[in-house]
Amino acid sequence: MKHLIRNGRVVDPANKIDEISDILISGGRIEAVGKALDEKAGKTIDAKGMIVAPGFVDMHVHLREPGREDKETVRTGTRSAIRGGFTTVACMPNTEPALDNPDIIKALKEIIKKDALCKVAIVGAITIGRDGKALVDIEALKREGVVALSDDGYGLQDGDLMLAALKGCKKSLLLLMDHCEDKALAGKGVMNKGFVSTKMGLRGIPREAEFTFVERDIELAKKAQCPIHIAHVSCKESVEIIRKAKKAGIPVTAETAPHYFALTDECCATYDTNTKMNPPLRTAADVEAIKEGLADGTIDAIATDHAPHTDSEKDVEFDFAPFGIIGLETALGLSVTELVDKKILSWSALISKLSTNPAKILGIEAGNLSKGSVADIVIIEADKKYTYTGDSIVSRSKNSPFIGWQLKGRAVSVFVEGRPVMLDEEYGRV
Amino acid sequence: MSQKMVWAKKDLLGLEYLSREEIEFILYTASSFKEVTTRQIKKVPALRGKTVVNLFYEPSTRTRMSFELAAKRLSADVINMAVEASSVRKGETLIDTGRNIEALKIDIIVMRHDHSGAPNILARNVRSSVVNAGDGWHEHPTQALLDMFTLKEKLGTIEGLKVSIIGDIAHSRVARSNIWGLTKLGAKVTVCAPPMLIPEGIEKMGVRTTSDIAEALDGADAINVLRMQFERDSAVAFPSRMEYFKQYGITAERLAKCKKDIVVMHPGPINRGIEMSSEVADGGNSVILEQVTNGIAVRMAVLYLVAHAKEAAK
Repeated sequence: MKHLIRNGRVVDPANKIDEISDILISGGRIEAVGKALDEKAGKTIDAKGMIVAPGFVDMHVHLREPGREDKETVRTGTRSAIRGGFTTVACMPNTEPALDNPDIIKALKEIIKKDALCKVAIVGAITIGRDGKALVDIEALKREGVVALSDDGYGLQDGDLMLAALKGCKKSLLLLMDHCEDKALAGKGVMNKGFVSTKMGLRGIPREAEFTFVERDIELAKKAQCPIHIAHVSCKESVEIIRKAKKAGIPVTAETAPHYFALTDECCATYDTNTKMNPPLRTAADVEAIKEGLADGTIDAIATDHAPHTDSEKDVEFDFAPFGIIGLETALGLSVTELVDKKILSWSALISKLSTNPAKILGIEAGNLSKGSVADIVIIEADKKYTYTGDSIVSRSKNSPFIGWQLKGRAVSVFVEGRPVMLDEEYGRV
Repeated sequence: MSQKMVWAKKDLLGLEYLSREEIEFILYTASSFKEVTTRQIKKVPALRGKTVVNLFYEPSTRTRMSFELAAKRLSADVINMAVEASSVRKGETLIDTGRNIEALKIDIIVMRHDHSGAPNILARNVRSSVVNAGDGWHEHPTQALLDMFTLKEKLGTIEGLKVSIIGDIAHSRVARSNIWGLTKLGAKVTVCAPPMLIPEGIEKMGVRTTSDIAEALDGADAINVLRMQFERDSAVAFPSRMEYFKQYGITAERLAKCKKDIVVMHPGPINRGIEMSSEVADGGNSVILEQVTNGIAVRMAVLYLVAHAKEAAK
């Protein structure tokens, strides 16, 4: 079936387009982009006053399947993604068992084929069992179609093994997504180390635990001549190190998550375990540095690090709660509220961070509205103000510190490969 | 004046969360209860028909005993629940335990917990009053209140006093509560410890830091000497016991260089010969046993106030 999206403000950074235009979708692809397109054969969607953009690509999502379906599944996680305007998510390998061999990846692909509501790219583990001791068969995972490798959740402590992984990734043309954390420095920390952790009497994770590994791994990537992607950048020093490396021509890319530009460690002061994540929320100066990094292009992408956990896991003492929060359904609202409204990013720059750049970094076909490309599209009500409520959440978990927040900007319609999976929020009942 | 205050808080979680007026009001209330503890019949009916549960996730003899006596002298019924930390954690969560205790129709939960923030979490999940009897490295508000009560008895006022807190600041809830309380009441606070035991950012709590004991003692009106816990797992980065005593131990020689009537406090239990010599602990400047006595009056005041705050809220 053909669809014509009319009169929307088409924002397509890949083609440097930001203008009122129509988009015609046919056969799962974009047939035409232009003014006053006329098509009577299909359904017409009036996007007047809306932004029409390439569907978002989240490089960093925990779908929890297989193994922790009580937290999230491929079905519920991708539903949450679509609600947030995402048409592709990259799922992290810290499942149970870990995504460290071809068989488990084959099995996951079957689940995705059956249950996924949006596209899912798979990130394989770097080491077997993600325990940092022995490399996976990188080429074998590549053959199964993984888009990247990561031991997300654990920093690879062994620098020599990291260098080996980078060399393997280079040969197999795979991206290495790096969780940078020196375990010895992080210790048993549960939040950012500083004044707030001191007054709360909680063990801190120092910023050095992150940025010393960012620095180490960029040096190793330089040596291996292999692209490296720094996951969830949270602190000022990391931004500075990445900025410098980019200037020096080292093939490094980076992502941050909305909570690192929307919250500081002051939010932890009530011992709300929905403010516990790793890396931890930092300080106001770090938030500023993250925003600068987004504005000047040092940070390429906004990824959610969507990390669902059940209520019973989170309703415990701060020390005992698992790290992580959900993020798919708040990424756009937080980005508009904190970045576009505050003039940190233009709409075009925001769409780059949420779609064009992550697609490019992952090397997947997405992130643009070029004629002939796959019709992954999001329609955004940019000025819509609303309160984010627990009841509105479609993820299986509700571990968000943003419940009750006033946000602006939401996805109202989403097309995945030309199929309307959400239309005017009707999709809620998909 | 503080005497006229209406107490509104159902819980006592820490001194960070109290105003100067509220702290002064607790100390004022405690002074009238102290009189009760000196009578022949040391009991008043203020909390008759109320039930206090001492929920202790960490072993404690003196704090639990002090709270128990305080409750009994107010005529409350007291139940002690010592929790084998590991067994509870495998089964019941903190919130479930709290709600189950509350279902027994009790009024106040006095909780000691080895993890910071546990009382904050419990307090927002039960309607009963929660009194923090020490949580992790976070706060031990009644200890700081009794320290301040003792100081006020000895020196008349807290305002303008120079008080040094000496010892393992990083891992001390007593230090944190004292810092909040003392600075709110206008004292000038110095914390003194080996550099690795001064936690990051503590100056922002309004204190001066030093690793030089002479600097901490110079001109001090009072010192609060903390217990060194060499048994803790982070103790690998501590100086040795002998070296600690040599550099930081409070000895008669060091005391001789201080203000003549300097008040020497310690929250107990003392490691004699590690943080303080016996001579000092038992000497004329020491108020250590008076602190213990005052603890009961202060805890009576706290139990009385939170119990009645709850009634006012109804």
